[in-house]
Amino acid sequence: MTATTSAGPTGGEKIAQRVPHKRGTDRAQAERRLGLKLAAPAAILMLLVTAYPIGYAVYLSLFRYDLRVPGENEFIGLSNYALVLSSGIFWQGVLATTIITVVSVAIELVIGLAFALVMHRAIFGRRTVRTSILIPYGIITVIAAFAFRFAVSPDTGFLPGDPNPLGSQFGSFATIIITEVWKTTPFMSLLLLAGLATVPEELQEAAKVDGATAWQRLWKVTLPNMKGAILVALLFRTLDAFRIFDTVYVQTAGANDTQTLSGLGYNALITRVNLGLGSAISVLLFLFIIVIAFVFVKGFKTNLGTVKGGD
Amino acid sequence: MTAATIGAEQLGARTEPSQGKTTKGASRQSGSGAIWKIGTAVIVLYALFPVLWIASLSLKPAADVGDGKLIPANPTLENYQDIFTSGEFVRPLINSIGISLITTLIAVVVAAFAAYAIARLDFPGKTLLLSGALAIAMFPPVSIIGPLFNIWRATGLYDTWPGLILPYMTFALPLAIWTLAAFFREIPWDLEQAAQVDGATPYQAFRKVILPLALPGVFASAIIVFIFCWNDFLFAISLTSTEAARTVPAATAFFTASSNFINPTGQIAAAAIVVTVPIIIMVLIFQRRIVAGLTAGAVKG
Repeated sequence: MTATTSAGPTGGEKIAQRVPHKRGTDRAQAERRLGLKLAAPAAILMLLVTAYPIGYAVYLSLFRYDLRVPGENEFIGLSNYALVLSSGIFWQGVLATTIITVVSVAIELVIGLAFALVMHRAIFGRRTVRTSILIPYGIITVIAAFAFRFAVSPDTGFLPGDPNPLGSQFGSFATIIITEVWKTTPFMSLLLLAGLATVPEELQEAAKVDGATAWQRLWKVTLPNMKGAILVALLFRTLDAFRIFDTVYVQTAGANDTQTLSGLGYNALITRVNLGLGSAISVLLFLFIIVIAFVFVKGFKTNLGTVKGGD
Repeated sequence: MTAATIGAEQLGARTEPSQGKTTKGASRQSGSGAIWKIGTAVIVLYALFPVLWIASLSLKPAADVGDGKLIPANPTLENYQDIFTSGEFVRPLINSIGISLITTLIAVVVAAFAAYAIARLDFPGKTLLLSGALAIAMFPPVSIIGPLFNIWRATGLYDTWPGLILPYMTFALPLAIWTLAAFFREIPWDLEQAAQVDGATPYQAFRKVILPLALPGVFASAIIVFIFCWNDFLFAISLTSTEAARTVPAATAFFTASSNFINPTGQIAAAAIVVTVPIIIMVLIFQRRIVAGLTAGAVKG
């Protein structure tokens, strides 16, 4: 009735609630008012610091607005977008961002799942392992990027034979992806661990009794029962990886075709202070993110449908 | 990273028990121990290896930086002395601590009211608030640096503490709202009434019963928000230009260009260790709560 049943946008929210729920209409109304009052500051502050700049970015993207030639600001409609979308550099950025995102998220899923299985089963050193896996999460991304840059650079590194991976295209992508994977797999594995915890132990036992091998149990019992958690983890990490900036900035500064969309936006906006063009790039990046999120949420719906049918 | 730390309740992960209670199932499995022990060791190594490498570099004198050995042959603290005497690191460190603490404090206080309302009260727009917060946490920061750069230069906020605190709010608030709401939902609020029935005043009931239950979750949320601010790089290099507000990640990236540090590898490594150790300590203390907070939304569903 009251606070206990707030349906999510997809209606799929079932919160484990222990909140008392016996309130009259007067109380319900007072509760609504109090709720709004308490939530208002956060809501207003979020709107101020987000909606306004986003709106302003869209506005700027429709203008010639270059701080180096301040006198020539004028409305030019979608010309900035036309310029960006017809530029090879932009599509190279899309490609680089996509490669980094897809490869690192795929690797993270595999390693993250393995880590989650270990953390789920490990008895010895459970606390140690969960604490140490939080270390990459807690380390500043820039620092992690430096750590890996130093590790592979010939003058500071420990690679035998002193190769220079950051000098080549493949090596640059590989280094960036390895850094991303190292830094963010822990988060992925914690989300997956949370999903693992919900797979009923009885199912595992039953499969064992039926003679299923550990590998079969993983594929036929564990994974299908944690589809939801896998999708959530993939969604978060994909959206996060797609806006990658820090690692690339520190390790290659965009050299060897590794420049990502965030990097292109930053260069146009801050390095070249071309706010019109830069805003067009960042609005486009924003649209990409929305499309990715939309595709995932679609996937959720169909997926949850089948899961429910299977119950 | 940060934004992703928010759960997706409305996306409906099919999960139930909370993180802290997952340990039971595993203890039954003590049979096939060896493989899990190896796995545990692998994870610990995985997490620590780059940290050890950086620690090793930070203890090497400039001449040894290229020797490729994990254990420094001539360990020295001169890199630490350098960064703490140059001001090029101390001032950014103060900026980082100050800006991150202020942002965390404001975000957690403002978000606590909203999260309490979300966890306990029924009001219109609740799901809009939650999904709006999630959407905001997901959007790319580069989308707002252009406008902020322009407005900040016009209003004098460029290269100041508030100039960074405000954009950090954008991401800190959704993060705090989601994690706090998840923790508040776990609190058995009935205890408050029970205490009052037993003769406690409302204030006593809150202070002696509810507050002790809520505080660990609030701390964990605060740490998660703090780590987000501490980690930011894009806003820090876009909206600052001098040591007045430049934070550690930005300053570290510019060590390279500085004339004081000719070969700054050792100094960067030392700076890295200095800013990493406090985080590791906090993580050590609040490990269980942080894990619960990070996976907050995804666990319930």
